[in-house]
Amino acid sequence: LSVPPEIPKEDGRPKWDNKFQYILSCIGFAVGLGNVWRFPYLCQIHGGGAFLIPYFIALLFEGIPLLYLELALGQCLRKGSIGAWNTISPYLGGVGVGSWMVSVLVSLYYNTVLTWVMWYFINSFQEPLPWSVCPLNENRTGLNKECYESTAVNYFWYRKTLNITPDVTESGTLQWWLILCLATCWAIVYVCTIRGIETTGKAIYVTAIFPYLVLTIFLIQGLTLPGATDGLAYLFTPNLSTLKNPRVWLDAATQIFFSLSLAFGGLIAFSSYNPPKNDCEKDAVTVAIVNSMTSLYASIPVFSVLGFKATTGYWDCLDRNILSIINEFDLPEESIMRQNYTTWISFLNSSYPEKIAGLKLKSCDFQEFLDQSVSGTGLAFIIFTQAIILMPGSQAWAVLFFVMLFSLGLSSMFGNIEGVFTPLLELRIISKSIPKELLSGIICLICFLIALCFTLGSGSYWIDIFDRYAGSLPLLVIAFFEVIGVVYVYKIKRFSKDVKRMTGRKLNLYWQITWRFISPLLLLIVFVAFVILQIQKSPSYAAWNPKYEGFPMKEEKVYPPWVLAICVLLAILPCVFVPLVALFQLIKRMRRSKEPSFVPPEVFSCQGANG
Amino acid sequence: YTWDANEEYLFKAMMAFAMRKYSRKRTTQISNVLLCNVTDRVSFWFVVTDSSKNVTTVPGSEVEAAIRMNRHRISSAFLLSDKTLQFLKITSTLSPPVEPSTPVWLIIFGVVLCLVVAGIVFLVVAGIQQRKKKNKESTERENLEEKGEVAVTVENGIPCEALDLKTGHVNGVFAADDERFTSL
Repeated sequence: LSVPPEIPKEDGRPKWDNKFQYILSCIGFAVGLGNVWRFPYLCQIHGGGAFLIPYFIALLFEGIPLLYLELALGQCLRKGSIGAWNTISPYLGGVGVGSWMVSVLVSLYYNTVLTWVMWYFINSFQEPLPWSVCPLNENRTGLNKECYESTAVNYFWYRKTLNITPDVTESGTLQWWLILCLATCWAIVYVCTIRGIETTGKAIYVTAIFPYLVLTIFLIQGLTLPGATDGLAYLFTPNLSTLKNPRVWLDAATQIFFSLSLAFGGLIAFSSYNPPKNDCEKDAVTVAIVNSMTSLYASIPVFSVLGFKATTGYWDCLDRNILSIINEFDLPEESIMRQNYTTWISFLNSSYPEKIAGLKLKSCDFQEFLDQSVSGTGLAFIIFTQAIILMPGSQAWAVLFFVMLFSLGLSSMFGNIEGVFTPLLELRIISKSIPKELLSGIICLICFLIALCFTLGSGSYWIDIFDRYAGSLPLLVIAFFEVIGVVYVYKIKRFSKDVKRMTGRKLNLYWQITWRFISPLLLLIVFVAFVILQIQKSPSYAAWNPKYEGFPMKEEKVYPPWVLAICVLLAILPCVFVPLVALFQLIKRMRRSKEPSFVPPEVFSCQGANG
Repeated sequence: YTWDANEEYLFKAMMAFAMRKYSRKRTTQISNVLLCNVTDRVSFWFVVTDSSKNVTTVPGSEVEAAIRMNRHRISSAFLLSDKTLQFLKITSTLSPPVEPSTPVWLIIFGVVLCLVVAGIVFLVVAGIQQRKKKNKESTERENLEEKGEVAVTVENGIPCEALDLKTGHVNGVFAADDERFTSL
C-alpha cells in the first residue's frame, strides 16, 4: 500500500517571501520621519551626547522588551491586533480595538505629511528653486511684503504650500494643489498595499533601503561643507548637567516608545505572517538596535547641514555689517574681512561711537545661529531647504532629500495600513468573497476623503493636534495594558512555554524582570508625567499671522474650548475601548451564565491557535 | 580690477553716452561730466554740465532719467550689476522671474500620477486574471471528481480487476494450516 505523503497544514494565511522581507518591513515601520527630524532635535536641546544615556537606558528597559512582546504575540497567535487580543482574553479585546483605532487616526494625518513632502519633491525640478526667491509684489517695485519680512523659505512653506490661516478656527479653503498631491500619495499607498504583504513585501525592498543610501550620500556631502564640524561638535558635546532635569528622561522614554512604533498593532500584524517556529527574540533585538543606530546615523548629516547653515548665516550677517561700515566710512573694498571684523569694530567703536550706533548693526553671534533648533516639519521644510539652496547643484540635493523623506514615511505607512487592514480581514463581518484589492481600495478611499480636511488652510494646525493627542497618549495606555495583559492575565508562565516552542529557548531573566516589573512601571511613570505636563500648561499653538506685530515671529494662541474638546476626544477615544469592551464582555458573560446550557470557554493556548 | 583714471574716463564716457541718448542732443562731451569727492571706497559725486547754456548743470531729474533708461548698458560696461554699481536715489525696477506657460511642477505631477495609475491598473488586472485562473482550476478539479464516481481501487498502480489470481502464484506456506493458528 502506498502511503500518501504528509501534507503540511495550510491555513490559507499569506506568508512573507523570506525572513529578510519581514525584518525589513519591521525596520521600515520603526524607522520613520521621527528618526530624522525628532531625534537630532532632542539630542541638541538635551545636552548633546549626554542624551544618549537616558536614551539607551529607555531602549534597554522599555523599547526592546515591549518590541519582543509584540512580535512574539503576533507570531504565536497568528492574528491581527483585534483577533489576537480577543484570543488572549475576551476582556482584553478592547486593547486590540484601541490599537486599530490609533492606526486609523495616525494613517489619516501621516499621509498628509507625505503629501507635503511630495509637493516639495515635484517643485524641486525648477531652476531656481521656488523657495529661494521671493515673488514680486503687484506693482513690481519690490518683493512681496510677507516674503520680504520673513524669508523666502518661510513664505514658500506657509503661503505657497499650506496657505495657512492665522487661526485654527478659520478653516480657509481647500488647497487644490494639496488635494492633487494627497490623491497621488493615497494612490501610491494603494499600489503598495493592494494585496497586503504580498505587495508591501516587494515595495519594502526599495522604500526601506533607499533612505540609507541617501543618508550616506548626505553624510559624505555634509561633512565636506564648511561649518559641518562646528555643527557636529555642538551636537555631540555632552553636557551632563542636563541629566538632572526629569524632562530629559521623559523625552528619552517617549522618543524610544514612539520611534519603535509600538502599540500600533502593525508589528503584531507583521509577525502574524511568520512561520510559527521563528526566532522572534533575535528579530526584536535586531530591529530595536537598527532603529537606534539609524537615529544616530541620521543625526550626523542633519547636524553637519545645520552647522553649515549656521556658518553661512553667520558669514552673511558679518558681510552685511561689513558692507554698511565700508559704505559709511568710505573705506576701500576688502579692507575689512571676516577675520579682522572684531578688531575693526572695536577700533571704530572707540573712535566713532555715534556713527557706529547710527548704523544699527545686527550683532552676529555664531552660537545664536546654532541655537536655532527646530524639530519636525520646520526642520525639513524650512531649515533644510534653506541649506539646500546654498549647496551647489541644489535641485539634485532637493530631489534626493525629498525622495528619502518620502520613502521613510511610506515604509511607516505600510505598517500603519497593515495594522488597519489585517484585523479587518479577520473580522467575520467582512465576508470572504470581497477580494483583498477591493478592501484595501475602500480603506484608502475612505482615508483619502477624511484626510481632505487636512488640506484646508488650517490643516497643519489640525495635524499638530492629531500628532500631539491621538498619536501619543493612547499608545502609552495601550502598551501598558498589553504588558499587563500578557504577563498577568495570560500568565507569563504560559507565554514562556509558547515562546520556548517558537524560539527553542526559555525566557531568560532579563525578559522576566522587564516584562513583569520594569516595563509596566516605566510606562506608568511616563504616562503620569505626560498627563501632568499636558495639564500644567494650557495647550497653546504657534500661529503664522502676517498681521501680528512681532511678525515674523509666530503668534502664541490658545486653543478655543471646542478644539480642546476634540483634543481630549482624540486622546480618550482609543483608550476608552479597553474598559468598554471588558464591560461588554462581562455583561455578556453574566447574561449567558444565567442560561442552563452554559459551557465555560475553553482554555486557550498558542498551540490551539493553529487549529 | 582697480579703479584708476582710465576707469574714471570710461565712466565719464558712459554718462555722456547716456545723456546723448536721452536728450538726443549731440552736444554733451566727456568734458561736461565732472567727478568730485572720489574716495577709496570708489564712491563719488558727479555733475553734468551743459556747455550750450553757459556752464549750468543739467537738472538731477534729467540725469536720473537718462541713467534709468540706460542702466543695463552702464552696468555691463563695468562688468557689474545693479547691486554692485549703485546710484543713490535710483531704485531699479525688478524684472519678474521667467514663468513657463505650464508650471513645471504640474508636468512632474502628471508623470508621477500616470506611473501610479498604470501600476494600479496592472496590479488589479493581474489580480483578476489570477482569480479567474484559480476559479477555472477549481471548477476543473470538481468536474474530474464528478466523473470518477466508481472508485477504482488500485494496488501498486495496477487495478485490482487485472490482478487475476489465476496468473498469480499461490504461496503454499500461507495455505490454511489451521493447527498453527491459535484459536481465539
